[in-house]
Amino acid sequence: MPVYNQKVMDHFMNPRNVGEIENADGIGEEGNPVCGDMMTFYIKVKDDRLEDVKFKTFGCGAAIAVSSMVSELAKGMTLDEAMKLTPASVADKLEGLPSNKMHCSNLGAQALHKAIEDYRSKQKAGGK
Amino acid sequence: MRKVYLDNASSTPILPEVKEAILPYLGEVYGNPSSLHDWGDAARMAVDEAREKVAGLINAGPEEIIFTGCGTESNNLAVKGIALAAQAKGKHVVVSAIEHFSVLNSAKTLEKFGFEVTEVPVDKYGAIDPEDVKKAIRKDTVLVSIMHANGEIGTIEPIKKIAQITKELKVPLHTDAIATAGTIPVDVSELGVDALSLAGNQFYGPKGVGALWVRRGVRIMPLFDGGIQEGGRRGGTENVPGIVGLGKAAEIAKASMESRISQLTPLRNRLLKELPAKVEHVVVTGHPQNRLPGHASFCVEFIEGESMLMLLNNKGIAVTSGSACTSRALKASHVLIAIGLSHEIAQGSILFTMGLDTTPADIDYVLETMPPVVERLRQMSPLYAKFTKAGKGGQ
Repeated sequence: MPVYNQKVMDHFMNPRNVGEIENADGIGEEGNPVCGDMMTFYIKVKDDRLEDVKFKTFGCGAAIAVSSMVSELAKGMTLDEAMKLTPASVADKLEGLPSNKMHCSNLGAQALHKAIEDYRSKQKAGGK
Repeated sequence: MRKVYLDNASSTPILPEVKEAILPYLGEVYGNPSSLHDWGDAARMAVDEAREKVAGLINAGPEEIIFTGCGTESNNLAVKGIALAAQAKGKHVVVSAIEHFSVLNSAKTLEKFGFEVTEVPVDKYGAIDPEDVKKAIRKDTVLVSIMHANGEIGTIEPIKKIAQITKELKVPLHTDAIATAGTIPVDVSELGVDALSLAGNQFYGPKGVGALWVRRGVRIMPLFDGGIQEGGRRGGTENVPGIVGLGKAAEIAKASMESRISQLTPLRNRLLKELPAKVEHVVVTGHPQNRLPGHASFCVEFIEGESMLMLLNNKGIAVTSGSACTSRALKASHVLIAIGLSHEIAQGSILFTMGLDTTPADIDYVLETMPPVVERLRQMSPLYAKFTKAGKGGQ
């Protein structure tokens, strides 16, 4: 059996929402090149919902597929809903990841959470 | 879709002649070489003939060849077997920092038996300075194990010079010649080594068979206790089909070595020269000239090897990578770190190893396919985005 299932391969070969958002409302970065993978998420928020989500990822097939899946799931969610995404739920949506890819490569949800936290702390600082 | 196999360092295809030679030993010749009847004789004669051919490949005596199950076993037997047999004399071994795991982990196991291990460093090309080996040898050193060439970066090591030192200091020298035997000339007398490992699937023979050559007079403790097969140094019924295949592959390799080298070297040189010219921020790993004939290795900056490998596979090109993500342990290749690359750069490792089936048109295809694959991943890479922004900001 190949290392990755068809769902993962689809998100790797045709990643959704790749890119950056200019003047993003929040940016979150997770991972580092030593561990292997690095993900940056950009979000645009409107009425407490994720109007747009984009990402850039340095890493393996799993890391790219995870980022793509997270962006797809998160788009349109409320911030609270998006904060509930977990690495395990993302892996489930991808119908499974190889066991050694469950940690390092599965940082998409955390990167997204950091982007939301970034947005929220900016909101606070802005006095809103 | 065009199919281009450039992962010959992982395994070469089996030559049709080798397959033909093996087939009778998967069929009508099934005796045990240790048996004293016609069935046994037929198998034993085949093993003896193969032993002569393998010995001939490396200019050794046939009685000094021990057949093993693979290159890893040969390295295990050499490192642990020679060190353990000599432990009354001393408990120190010397290896290089870029040895294969079968040597490095054998040395680690020796540590559990009270041995000390010194790792000799390499320069940025992965080359070992023989003087460093000399400095590492102590009074209680019982073995030096340095590879003939590194399969990951292709660099060929100065084994002959290292052997002059070990000979002078009377320490046995083992060399892992798995990447070189059958590929470039390997002559145990000329090299001056005391033990040498080789493996069949590196030169168009089958998997599951290797050999260790040990110079007469060098003591070795077996890893497998059993009968008197292989002079008692490796018990167990012989893998007759595998051994026959290894012998045939050795015979053909010896006869066609020069023509193989002259076929592979220009292909390699072209890739080494043209890929970095076509794709920006690509570094060659290993020695620029003093390297294996069909071996071109690189690190592509700002992207990761596994995703590159997967996109190339999608285009019909088979390669390998030393990136952390590609390894099951998720660790960057110790070889790339030993030559001084950062983890970030090492992540972009990619290795093309050419073989007898490789054509100039295959290299054209690689040179045409690589730029869009790299570009696609760079457009996705936060590291590349940072780099391009910093570049623009700085100017």
